[in-house]
Formats: sequence, C-alpha cells, structure tokens
Amino acid sequence: MAKEDVLLLDFWVSPFCSRVKIALAEKGVAYQQRGEDIFGGKSELLLKSNPIYQKVPVLLHDGKPMCESTNIVHYIDETWPSPPLLPASAYDRARARFWADFIDKKLFDAGGNIWKTKGEDQAAAKKELIQILKYLEGGLGDKDYFGGDSFGFVDIIAIPLTTWFFAYEKFGNFNVEEECPKFAAWTKRCLGRESVAKTLPDPQQVLEFVSMMRKMHGIE
Amino acid sequence: MEEVKLFGHPASPFSCRVEIALKLKGVHYDFIAEDPSNKSPQLLQYNPVHKKIPVLLHNGKPIAESLVILEYIDEVWKTNPILPQNPHEKAKARFWANYVEEKCLPALFKTFWSVGEQYDKDKAEAGEVLKFLEDELQGKKFFGGDSIGLVDIVANFMAFWFRTIQEALGLDVLTKDNFPKLWEWAENYVNCSDINQFLPPKDKLIAIFPPPYMGQHLVAFFQSRLAAAAAAK
Repeated sequence: MAKEDVLLLDFWVSPFCSRVKIALAEKGVAYQQRGEDIFGGKSELLLKSNPIYQKVPVLLHDGKPMCESTNIVHYIDETWPSPPLLPASAYDRARARFWADFIDKKLFDAGGNIWKTKGEDQAAAKKELIQILKYLEGGLGDKDYFGGDSFGFVDIIAIPLTTWFFAYEKFGNFNVEEECPKFAAWTKRCLGRESVAKTLPDPQQVLEFVSMMRKMHGIE
Repeated sequence: MEEVKLFGHPASPFSCRVEIALKLKGVHYDFIAEDPSNKSPQLLQYNPVHKKIPVLLHNGKPIAESLVILEYIDEVWKTNPILPQNPHEKAKARFWANYVEEKCLPALFKTFWSVGEQYDKDKAEAGEVLKFLEDELQGKKFFGGDSIGLVDIVANFMAFWFRTIQEALGLDVLTKDNFPKLWEWAENYVNCSDINQFLPPKDKLIAIFPPPYMGQHLVAFFQSRLAAAAAAK
C-alpha cells in the first residue's frame, strides 16, 4: 500500500494516538503522520474530519476519516487482517471488547483525577485507580497478555495509558508496582515489544507535560 | 441445543436493546428479570465488575455491557445483520453508537433534573448534541438505512424512554418542530413490531422512574415535577 494512503492526525503525548500507531506498526502498515497543535490551533483537516469531537487521533484511509481510538484500532484489525489483534472466537472477542470498554470508561479519567486534585479527593482517586488495575489483573489472570499468549487488542488499548502512570505516581505519591505487581509485570512485558517501545513517549516527558497541565489548571 | 439466557429488566432500555437484537435474529431465549435493589447471586457472579444488567448467557458463558452484547449477537447469528460488512461503514456505525451512548444519553437525561434558566441551558446543550444526529438521518429512514441497525438499537432510549418521560414532564427538548427527522425516525421506530413488543407500557414506565438506586432526592424531585406538569395541563 502506498504510504500516502494512510494518514494519522496525531499528538505526541496522547495515549489514544499511541494506540493507533502501535496497531499500525503491528500490522506493518506504512503511514504518514501529522502532529496537531492542540493548544495553538487545530488544523482545518482535523476540524473537518472530526467535527463532533475535534480531537486526535483521526485516521484517514484513502481520504476517509475514522475517529475514536478504539474504533480506529478495530478498523485497522478488520482492514489489515494479519496478524490478527482480536481473538478468533466470538466469545473471546466479546471479552476483549468488554475489557477495552472498561479501560476506556475508567482508566484515563481515574488517572486524571489523581493529578488534578489534592487531599481527600486525590486519596479517593488513587483508591479508584488501584481498584481498576486490580480488576484488570483479574482479566489478565495467569496469561502473558489479555488475549492469551499473543499481544493483541486489549494490550494495545491499555499499554499507552501506562506512560502516564509515572506522573500519577509522582503527584499521588504511590507506586503501581507495589500495589499491582501483576499489572506491572504485564506492562514490562509489553514494553519489551518493538511496536510499543518505538511508539510510546518517555514517561519523564509525559510527567513534564502533566506538570505543565497542572500549572495551566492552577493546581499546585 | 443452544442455551441463551438474558438477565435484564422489562423497563430497562439497555436490556431492551438485547431483546430487539435477539428478536431480529430469531433467537429463542429465556428472560430472567432482575430486581436492581436485590441483585441475584448469578448476576453478581456473571458480571462481577459492573454488577449490572443486561448480561447475556450463551451456553453458560456470560457477556456484559449492551454494546458488547450486540456485537457478539451479530457475530454469532448471521440473519438480519445489524452492522455493515464494509470496515469503514462499520467504523461509522460504531462511532455513532458510541456518540448516542456517551453524548446523547447523558445530555438528554440531564434535562429531566433542571428548571428555569438551568433547564434552558441544558435544553440548548442537548439540542447541540441532537443536531448531529438530525443531520446524520438526512435521506434515511433509520440510522442503519432502510432497516434497523446497531445505532437504531442503541438509540432506543431516545425514541421511547426519553420521549415518554419528556411528555409526562411537559418538556420540549426533542419535538416534531425542532427535530423533524429524529421525530419521524422515533415514530417509525416505536411502531416496528420487532421493537414495540419490548417497550414497557408508558404509565408503567412513569410509575417506576427514576429507579430508587438513583437516590431518593431525585425520586422526590421527579414526583414533584410530574405533579406540576399535570397541574399545568
């Protein structure tokens, strides 16, 4: 496929954009990438492609836009079937979609509540994040990855969000590995994968970004 | 012999979605009505994370979350597909289904709980959200085209639950005048025989709304608004 057929509208620190980049890398799909200036001014193409949410990531394939990262990862899996990201059986696919939905509804917001708040609110947010990770540990069970032996859909949905954990730990004064060792082990396993290691930003840089956001929100 | 069970509630739009899909596919199932204030041990066992209905049990294996269940049903039973085959069209359907669930439902629901200036503000916000759906329906009978698809099934609360409660409260968020296409869609939708058999009677819905787990203050507030609306007629 010619490189210019696939274009990703991106923002470097966005874990949602990282999901798309990892999925494309897993499939060996060549694509162009355009960084959006989220604070300075979003491009015409972004606003036209995603008029409702006006957010990244947007994937344009042959000019047709796709929005919402989990939706895009689904699309990538269906359009470039090899290697498959979702499991083979309908039931296992439903389990994968369940966990992706759970992660989407809970994880990023819980983390946000840690760096955006202080005192009692922050303590409650930390408790919630740990509970979410414990549920995810339950979903992982004794498997290497959420889908079993192979890195797949749920791993792609979850792993980019872990780049923000260093920031949560710093501002929330806790340690994910101590609280959820199984989750931490899964994280390390995924980070050993080339598509993940080459895509994800350095957690130190994410911390600096979150520090800037805290100042912007007037939290110090 | 396939065993299909649905843990649901007869007045819940979420379990209704699953019933519509199973009916469209011609799947026989047992319906197990759950009491939200007294959840069964099976429900808690099958959905330990959210502890909610609907849960579909297929040959003993549980699936939770209505949108996940709908995709599962579409993959397992091929009659009357509810998702398009083409990946791009499928992505669009999933996008709109999520939009209806994540944006429309909360925005519409909010208008039940505000009065005066706050109501005007909430109504305007709901209108902004609905406008995109109104545009999406141009030239189509249903969101799925000529027949009901995923987005239509997910939007069931808009067609029936929201409009029923809106009428009882004397609100004017989604009307024939301000959203003619959506109104027409809703009328076609609730008159579909594959759907209307699963809709609870209007007076029953009003009588049990809001569910007590939402908080007694909301129940009381709703009762007072109902009374005020009835007196105004």
